[in-house]
Amino acid sequence: MMEIVTTQYKHCDLVKPIGRIDSYTAPQLGAMLQALYDDDHFKIVIDLSEVQYMSSAGLLILVFFQKTCKNYNHGEILLAGIPESIQLTFQLAGFDKLFRCYHDAISAVTSL
Amino acid sequence: MVTKIYSGENKNLAAISSFIVDQAGRAGFSSRNIYAIQTAVDEACSNIIDHAYGGEGLGFIKVNVDILDSAIKITITDDGLPFNPDEVPEPDLQNAFENRKERGLGIYFMRKLMDEVSFDFSNKHHNTLVMIKKRDIVS
Repeated sequence: MMEIVTTQYKHCDLVKPIGRIDSYTAPQLGAMLQALYDDDHFKIVIDLSEVQYMSSAGLLILVFFQKTCKNYNHGEILLAGIPESIQLTFQLAGFDKLFRCYHDAISAVTSL
Repeated sequence: MVTKIYSGENKNLAAISSFIVDQAGRAGFSSRNIYAIQTAVDEACSNIIDHAYGGEGLGFIKVNVDILDSAIKITITDDGLPFNPDEVPEPDLQNAFENRKERGLGIYFMRKLMDEVSFDFSNKHHNTLVMIKKRDIVS
């Protein structure tokens, strides 16, 4: 099960998935990011602090939208609050080099 | 030894993970290693649904957990199509961001996170994957 909470700021959007991101729920996150992209929102902070598990399916969606958003008007996806457990696979995949990562969502939002 | 059988559907991945997390916890693994084992099993089951069955609801996934003195041994069985894991390329982790190809990440995680990963496609009726994670050494 996963729930996604979004908050719109003047200069960016905050997306907070809550729960588990696997092959079943990752398309839900992908659809949310696609909807933002379709509305020309290319600066997005994803707060992962309440994600208990993220599989490669979730990681690949983050990478896909990072590539997509960076193509448009200085767009970028920033990550915040990555739990220690998820850091394990995140670093194994080398994705820590592909994102600017922040301790918490507010730090990420104010850095954009 | 505990065995559970699930229908090969993505909605069952959460239940499979719960089972594995519970078993690895009972076996005394650290939270970091429980997460590693959970990831390896989740990626294996996702691959079975996507590649062995080529879709959801087309077969079963049997997950067997054997807690040994020195390790946890997880055996996953399906009756989908065999595939050669050696033909799955390792993900391209060094290439430039724009050119990266991300295929094979699931098997890469399985091999990196577990101590032993072995596939057996010799049986005509089912495929078997055995993964072993050794116990944390407490000094």
